[in-house]
Amino acid sequence: MPITYTSGEQVEVYRFSLPVTIGVPLVALIVQAYVPKYFPSFAVYVDLPLLVTIFFAMARRNPVAGLFTGAIIGLVQDMLGSREIGIYGIAKTVVGYGASSLGVKLDVENAGARLLVTLGFYLVHSAVYFTVARGLVNSTQHWSWAHGVLAGLVNAFLGVILYFVLDRFKQRT
Amino acid sequence: MESFLGRYRNLIILVGVLFLQVLGLAVQVKTGANEDKDTRLIRMWALGAITPFERALVWVQNSTGNVWHNYFYLRGVRAENRQLKEQIEQMRVEQVRLTEDAAQARRLQTLLAFKEQFISKTVAAQVIGTSGSDLSRIVTLDKGENAGIRRDMAVITADGIVGKVLLVSANLAQVLLISDQSSGVGAILDKSRLQGVLRGTANGEVALERVMSDEQVQPGETVLTSGGDQIFPKGLPVGTVTRVGKGKDLFLSISIKPAANLSRLEEVLVLTEKQERESVAEDHVRVRAADILAQRLPSVPDKPATVGTPTGVAQGASEASAGANTATKPAGAPGTNAAGSVKSASGNTPAKLPVQPGKTAVQTSAAQKSKPVNKPSTEPKPEGTPAQPAPPQPSIVEQKPAPVPAQPDTPPPAQDNSPQ
Repeated sequence: MPITYTSGEQVEVYRFSLPVTIGVPLVALIVQAYVPKYFPSFAVYVDLPLLVTIFFAMARRNPVAGLFTGAIIGLVQDMLGSREIGIYGIAKTVVGYGASSLGVKLDVENAGARLLVTLGFYLVHSAVYFTVARGLVNSTQHWSWAHGVLAGLVNAFLGVILYFVLDRFKQRT
Repeated sequence: MESFLGRYRNLIILVGVLFLQVLGLAVQVKTGANEDKDTRLIRMWALGAITPFERALVWVQNSTGNVWHNYFYLRGVRAENRQLKEQIEQMRVEQVRLTEDAAQARRLQTLLAFKEQFISKTVAAQVIGTSGSDLSRIVTLDKGENAGIRRDMAVITADGIVGKVLLVSANLAQVLLISDQSSGVGAILDKSRLQGVLRGTANGEVALERVMSDEQVQPGETVLTSGGDQIFPKGLPVGTVTRVGKGKDLFLSISIKPAANLSRLEEVLVLTEKQERESVAEDHVRVRAADILAQRLPSVPDKPATVGTPTGVAQGASEASAGANTATKPAGAPGTNAAGSVKSASGNTPAKLPVQPGKTAVQTSAAQKSKPVNKPSTEPKPEGTPAQPAPPQPSIVEQKPAPVPAQPDTPPPAQDNSPQ
């Protein structure tokens, strides 16, 4: 049974089937956990769960759905790590909310807009993670603009390709 | 009020969700995330949901790899086999030397009543996944409680230590790598014997902390486990020092390159059983030819020392003599000085006696039974040797080797495995 989210009127709102809604984030989490075993840099520069969060949030254009999508994906990502549960959860909640809010107001269907939006949200995600880890958990984190921008660009380019593939799973409301 | 809630509904939900997560974080920080049983359970659920897929991927990959390597990719196997055989031969030779060293170390430890930890049982496991984040350095193993793995067990490879078991379920285990920020391992520098704590840094490197800045640490020095953390047995390789710099406060900042390749782990060993016992020396105590010879020589009962009679190794070397029995006297017998020369009992004829290579006179003489010398030297006096005044004592001089106590830093005199 398809799950439908609607919020915008000027822009097109999409829905996804239940297998896609569950399966795509699950695959993203599995790939994110499996690939660094062979390519350690993958974990440093790529955040597939974040790209999936941004994609679903922008496609559904519903802030509540977006923030819950981000929260759930982020919390599961936290559970797979050794850090306190909730750091990725908070960061991805904010990104999910922001991406879906932006999706309501802007057309984020073209590749250029997607590239910029993904780069921007990667930086937002890193900033929120850094703030929460430093401020709430008292973890030793070092902020690096160079790393942030580079990883943001990698994610942005990868995101554009990934969004193109995931567009095939969209269903018009 | 309704219009307010309707207008800001999304924002209120966002704040609510964030507040709940912050609350959850606060609870974890207060209780300690790693100790919290509730989060452990949640983590196991998440792992349980993800790992079946990872197992399947690993299985597919292994199967494909096996087919390729076992049936198709056999080129160069013959040459590799020959090369490996040569390597085995070289390693056998090396093993002989290492066995000797190990036996000597065991004897020393026995003398000092050392207690060692022995690795008595390990379980091999395969790495099937990671955390997927560079901020949390952990790996997932395909074995768990059913294989005997428990929390806080040490995980190693043939190259060095890897980490410790953080979470464990029936068929899964999560390992916290030594490069994780929350990791801590007791370590010791091999040469300087300085102890410190090994910790992961934010960028995934490994650093040795708590080494005072006035100490001398050289890059390239090997780092071993100290055993102080009660997780890793003492003496396992950790890595090598790559950089030494000034750190915070009064401590050095020492970067370590881990011996095990932490970013490319495939198979690891989990130390499931350790034994702590005193080291036992070899059952067959080696008897040297010189000892046997010394026992067969005739002995003379001890004589009470008289005034003016020199005793002891140092004095004996200058005044006593091995005399004519030089040829049959065991190497390093009393009366032998550091240069290996002895003087005749009559007082003034030096005779050359062999001293074991690499041994000082004290070590050599103390390692053997003291034998009296009762024959005058018949060897001719070498030219250029100053004449010594004849001592008023008879030609029989008892010389007892000074006892050498077993000190931690002193090799035990009785343990000598040098070739005879």
